Amino acid sequence: MSSQRPSAWYAVPAFAFFALFAALPMVLVIYLSFTAWDGLGTPQLNGGENWSRLLDDSEARASVWRTLLLMVMSWLVQTPIALLVGVWAAGKQRSRAVLSSIFFLPLLLSTAAIALLWQALLEPNFGAFVGGPLFLGDPDIALYTVVLVISWQFIPFHTLLYQGAARAVPPSLYEAATLDGATRVGKFLHITLPQLRYTIVTSSVLMLVGSLTTFDTVLILTNGGPGTATRILPLHMYITGFSGFEMGYASAIAVVLVVLGTALSIAVMRWSGFRSMSSQQEGS
Amino acid sequence: MKSRPNWPAGLFALAWLAFILGPLIYLVTVSLRTRSEYLGKSAWAVPDALTLDNYVTVLTGGFGQYLLNNVIVTVATVGIVVLIAVPAAYAVVRNTGPFVQRGFTLILMGLAIPAQATIIPVYLMITRMQLYDTLTAIILPTAAFALPVAMLVLTNSLRDVPRELYEAQSIDGAGPLRVLVSLVLPLARPAIMTVVVYTSLNAWNGFLFPLVLTQSESSRVLTLGLWDFQGQFGTNVPALLAAVTLSVLPIFAVYLIGRRFLLSGLTAGFGK
Repeated sequence: MSSQRPSAWYAVPAFAFFALFAALPMVLVIYLSFTAWDGLGTPQLNGGENWSRLLDDSEARASVWRTLLLMVMSWLVQTPIALLVGVWAAGKQRSRAVLSSIFFLPLLLSTAAIALLWQALLEPNFGAFVGGPLFLGDPDIALYTVVLVISWQFIPFHTLLYQGAARAVPPSLYEAATLDGATRVGKFLHITLPQLRYTIVTSSVLMLVGSLTTFDTVLILTNGGPGTATRILPLHMYITGFSGFEMGYASAIAVVLVVLGTALSIAVMRWSGFRSMSSQQEGS
Repeated sequence: MKSRPNWPAGLFALAWLAFILGPLIYLVTVSLRTRSEYLGKSAWAVPDALTLDNYVTVLTGGFGQYLLNNVIVTVATVGIVVLIAVPAAYAVVRNTGPFVQRGFTLILMGLAIPAQATIIPVYLMITRMQLYDTLTAIILPTAAFALPVAMLVLTNSLRDVPRELYEAQSIDGAGPLRVLVSLVLPLARPAIMTVVVYTSLNAWNGFLFPLVLTQSESSRVLTLGLWDFQGQFGTNVPALLAAVTLSVLPIFAVYLIGRRFLLSGLTAGFGK
C-alpha cells in the first residue's frame, strides 16, 4: 500500500497569495516602467521613454553610486565589530552574558523609532553634541551618519549570529592550539575565523541586501538631504513616484533595484558557495 | 588550563557598551525632561526635576489607536502566514508533483525580491481593489512578502522528519489532513514559533506599506504614528521621545516574557 500524500491543494492558498501580491507586482512593475502614470488616472503606454530618460538621468546614476557606497561602508563598519563583539560575547563568563543582553537592545526598536531617536540625538542646537559636526546637515558626512545609525541598529543582530557560531566551535581545537603554544591572536586568526566562514557569508548577504533596501532610516533621518547627499536608490524611486507623481518613471527605477538585488544574490551564491553551505547545515 | 584576562577585549566591550547604551539613556532621560529644560540646558546637565507629562501628552494624542492598529495588523498577518504556509510546506515536503515543486521554487525566488521595488504596482492593485486606506491593504502584501522566509524555515524543519513517521501514520489509516494535525503541527512547532517571531517583528515594524497604502488617522499604525508625532509636536522633542519610548515598551514586555523564543527565532535559519 502506497502512503497517502497531501494533494497539491494544500499548497494552493499560499501559492495563490504569493502570486497575487508578490509575483504579479513584479510583472506589473516591468509593464508600468513602459507607461506614463501620475498615480491617479490610468497608466498609458509610452514606449521606452522612461528607459531612455533613465539612461540620461545623472541623478539616478548618482543615487546608484550612493547606494553602492552605503552598502560597502556598512559592510566594512559592521562586519569587524559584529565579529569581534560576537566572539567576545561567546565566552562563558557571567558578565559577558549580562553585557550581551544589553548589546541586544537596539533590536527591540523599530527602524522609525531608531531614526527619530538619532535625529534628536544629533540635532545641532539641542542634541547631545551641540557644537560638534553637523552630522545630518553636512553633505560631506550625512551619508556616513546614515552608516553609523544603520550600524547601531543592525550590528546587534549580526553579533548574535557570530556569538552563536563562536559557541559552536569545538573547544578541542583551542585546547590543542594552546598546547602548541598558540597566542590569543593566533588562535583567533587560525581557528575562530576559519570556523566562522559560513556565518560571515550569511551575515554579509543579509547585510548587503539590507543596505541595498534601506529606506525608512534615510527617509526619516534626512529625507535624502541635505540637497541630494543621501538620496539612495529606493528613496529616489519613492520620491519620484509618490512626491513627483511620476509612477511610470519610478517603476523603471524600481526595475533597476530588482536587477541589482537579483545580481547581488546570484553573485553571492556563486562566489561564496552558499548552496554547499546549506547542504552542510542539514541535520545540524 | 585557565587563560589570563583579555584586557584589550574587555575595554573594547565597554566602549561598545557606551555606544549601544548611550542613545538609549538619552532617549529615556530626555523623555522625562520638561520642555523648557530641554531647550534651556545641555543634554549632559543633571535635570532639576523629572516629569511624566510628556507621556500623558502622547497617550492622549491618538497613541492608543495606533497601538491597536499595529496589534490588528500584526496578529492578522501572522495568522494568515501560519494558516497558509504550514499546509503548503507539508505539501512541498510530501508531494513531489511538478505543480507544487515549481510553485515552491517561485516562492524561494521571492527571497531576492526587494519589497520596495513592488510598491508602485502594489499601490495600483490596492487602489483598484478599493482597499486603499484600510488595514487590510497593509496586511495582504506584508503577509505575501513574509511567505518566502516562512516557507524556507518550515520546509527545512519538515524535511528533517523521518519518512517512516509519515508512512506509519498512513498505515494506521490516517488521511493527509490527520497527518497534518497530529504529526506535522507538533513536529513543526519550533519552526512555527520562528515564523511567528520573524513575521510579527516585520509586521510590527512595517513602514513602507503603511506609508504608501494608508492615509487617514484611523488606519495609521505605530511606526507611521511616530513619524507623524514629529510633525505634530514640532520642536517638542521630549514628547516625541516619550512616544518613541512608549512604542518600544510592548516589544520590550514580549522580550522579557519570551526572551528565549525571541532570540532563537531571530537567529534560527541564519546562524550555524
